[in-house]
Amino acid sequence: MPPPRTPGTALGPRLAELRGPEVQPKALDARALAALAANPGCRRRALLDGAGVNKTALASALGSPSAFGMSQFAFMRGNAFEARVKADGGAELLRLVHEKLDPSAEPPTEAATPDLAAIGPQGRAARTALALREASASGGWALLDHPMLVLDVAGSPAFLEPDAVVVHPDGSWTVVEIKSFPMLDGAADPAKVGAAARQSAVYVLALEEVASRLETPAEVRHRVLLVCPKDFTNLPTAAAVDVRKQRAVTRRQLARLTRVEEIADALPEGTCFAPDLPREQLTAAVEALPAAYAPECLAACELAFHCRGRSREEGAVTSLGRSLRAELGGLTTAEDVLAAAHGMAGDPEDPTVAALRRAADLRAEALSAAAARAEGARCH
Amino acid sequence: MSLIATLSRLEAVRTGRAQPAATVRHRHLSERPLVLVPLITAGEAGAPLGALVGTDRDAPRLLVVPQPRDRDLRFTFLAELADLVLPYVDAYGDVVEAAERSETDPETGKRVKVEVDLCANAPQLIVPSRTGIDFVRLLGRAMRFRRTAEQDPEAPHPAPPRVPLLGRWLTHFGERARVPGSSLLLALTDLLARHWATGQSSVEDQHLGALLAWIDPPEGESGDAAARRAELARDGDGQLLCPPAGPATDPAFDNKLLAPAIERYDRARAALAAAEDGLEADDRFGDLTAAEREIRALVESRTRPTWDAVWRGLDLLRELPEGAHATDRWTRDRWSFTGHRDRIIAGEPPQPRRDDAVTAANKLATREREQARLDAQEALDDPLVMAGRRLAGEAFAGEVTEVVMAYSEGKRPSPRPLVTVRTDDRPHLGERTKVYRSLGGKPQAAEFVGYDGPEGGDHGNLVVLRIVDKMGRGKEPEEGSVPQKGDPVCFTLFEHDQRGGAKLPDPEETPWTHGGPPGEPDAVPLPEQPDPPTEEDTL
Repeated sequence: MPPPRTPGTALGPRLAELRGPEVQPKALDARALAALAANPGCRRRALLDGAGVNKTALASALGSPSAFGMSQFAFMRGNAFEARVKADGGAELLRLVHEKLDPSAEPPTEAATPDLAAIGPQGRAARTALALREASASGGWALLDHPMLVLDVAGSPAFLEPDAVVVHPDGSWTVVEIKSFPMLDGAADPAKVGAAARQSAVYVLALEEVASRLETPAEVRHRVLLVCPKDFTNLPTAAAVDVRKQRAVTRRQLARLTRVEEIADALPEGTCFAPDLPREQLTAAVEALPAAYAPECLAACELAFHCRGRSREEGAVTSLGRSLRAELGGLTTAEDVLAAAHGMAGDPEDPTVAALRRAADLRAEALSAAAARAEGARCH
Repeated sequence: MSLIATLSRLEAVRTGRAQPAATVRHRHLSERPLVLVPLITAGEAGAPLGALVGTDRDAPRLLVVPQPRDRDLRFTFLAELADLVLPYVDAYGDVVEAAERSETDPETGKRVKVEVDLCANAPQLIVPSRTGIDFVRLLGRAMRFRRTAEQDPEAPHPAPPRVPLLGRWLTHFGERARVPGSSLLLALTDLLARHWATGQSSVEDQHLGALLAWIDPPEGESGDAAARRAELARDGDGQLLCPPAGPATDPAFDNKLLAPAIERYDRARAALAAAEDGLEADDRFGDLTAAEREIRALVESRTRPTWDAVWRGLDLLRELPEGAHATDRWTRDRWSFTGHRDRIIAGEPPQPRRDDAVTAANKLATREREQARLDAQEALDDPLVMAGRRLAGEAFAGEVTEVVMAYSEGKRPSPRPLVTVRTDDRPHLGERTKVYRSLGGKPQAAEFVGYDGPEGGDHGNLVVLRIVDKMGRGKEPEEGSVPQKGDPVCFTLFEHDQRGGAKLPDPEETPWTHGGPPGEPDAVPLPEQPDPPTEEDTL
């Protein structure tokens, strides 16, 4: 019987092997984690992310490059805005935290801004944990600029870097998320706020891990501060966003992820995802990992176009939308559904098949009625 | 999504071509719509980069902001936009016809009919995609509170005249677009997706190029392949062959083409400002013009394909006959347009940043009512939509097998004929459920009496109904008002006309708990202030 694998010893080299020789692991960020949590059934994504494979490079090597990219205008604007929010030792940021989240505390006239520089992500994470502990004990305000947090994802560590974490005088912690989309008359684009909330929830989870390891556990506030430009200006404004729901969803989904080592163990010997391998070999390697493609992946995963192509080739109905799959019961391919609908296959007693036939008949009747009417209109 | 829509999508996958999702056109299309294809600068809140605008498909007007961060250049853009859009809108405000509207008489408090003007037609704005509608709203918000030099001589950055007015109109268009079934401002992707089912998901249908590829693929190519090409194909330079319909641009375009061009423009402008004499300035002015021309060409290259795609989409839609009730909904759009025209003429202030409680409640009530109206009207106009309702048990169609005359009890017996309909549908009928059919465009009501024979038999259901109205005043029903044996009929379980719910009280009558009148009778809400200018404001 082989000895059980323990993370950090056997898994690390195993994942490095999957990544390919001399390929640096790509860090998982909170956005990717939130996306992963949104599709917990996807083993392909879980393993590739867990192993730190650069999916952008992999997608290009597979011949279905991802369409993600960032305009330098958006990038510049985002950076300029964040710098502005954090200027003067974060005075404006702390004022907003005080005003929106903790108005009964003393005003943050002075705040500690601990230096978090260290070597490597592990070193930075340790430094952050230390700074958080000290700041909590000090009983004053503290602003941690780009701290490093670590979260265990499917058995491998993911390093996360929130925009800022603020320590309140009562020792509690708040995640701050700075975004450059505008808050117009006090309201921002709900889709973008939702994405920011999911991302922040990941940070809250990671912070909770740090907090639980302290001798006197600190409270991680479940309301995060979302800072955005006000109206059409560059001035910051902020709103508290309750992320309890997102936190619960993400926690549950992360717990559901199949452990990366289990997925890795199921792969054939010698599987490797190094982007410089020949395309056939890479395709076979990726195919060995079961995917759960849905159109939502297009907005969240670099491999989406590759998976979509496969899903369409197989005629999977999910490629048209998850809701479709839900109403078609056991029929999973377009061919099966159409055969059942046109009476060429399927059990007529099955309520799904019966409903499909009824739908197909009604559709045909309506279309022929319309065609007859159009014909009639042409004759007159 | 109904099973019928699902089947249509799957058929589209099988045939490689979009399938009809409607057999008539459910939205009114103007003879002369104004098409607007805007582009914005990534990361900036609504900073326009340029737009193609116009009513003539062969001659769009190109507007460009060569440096989107420059306030003055943005103002020039907005002023030019106002010069193009406002004459188009105003032209419809001038042609009116007489119509009647019921109003509450201020003296007697009774509802009375008054004769008012109704604009004979209304403008129609078409944008490529749903995000284009959001952008129209954003532009409206950015412009309507601006002050012109005439309104406020002290204003630090006075807006060009007519810009605030355009902001009010765009706000109105944007608000109206939230009303189901309205057609003042339409997104072409929504319009196409309403009428065709493609072999891709509704997420992917948001891409105008891919959507058109499914509906009208090039000769000999499947919709699937054409759509993929529209989504992903890039030229040797890494640029998308089918640029996104906007307003957001492709990052590769921003980084590779636009950013260097804007940088050249900035340099040329700085050089011109530093010129020491007229001769040198002349030279450098030439450079600046060339740099500007380059940006214009870039913006046109990204908007023109979308412009052409929008008109092609409109052509495809025009091939469908207009649904009978679309005109009725367009009349409501005309009322909406006329109402806003009147508010502007009356000198009312621009729409507030936030609606008060009474306005918000009214808007919500309108949208709910219009949604129900739209659902009913689309089903009546379109057998394919009705098929979906029949599948859902909300309507049934069949043949009349028997008609038995019967009369109501009472002093003056009225006809209450019993009609038996044989149908294969499975409507959700309960005791005395009201059902309706369309009789010469008016709904005729009937009551469910019971099933004749077992429910769900092999030969369908025999549904017995009692017709209760629209048969005239006499003892005998009027000719043609009662279906005859052998007639095909279609009854719905939903009402055809939407009676609005209880009317909301007038603002003066609304209790303060619901945002009613302020305590002080003379208190006037403060007029909305313009956005304060800041050093680096972006719009």
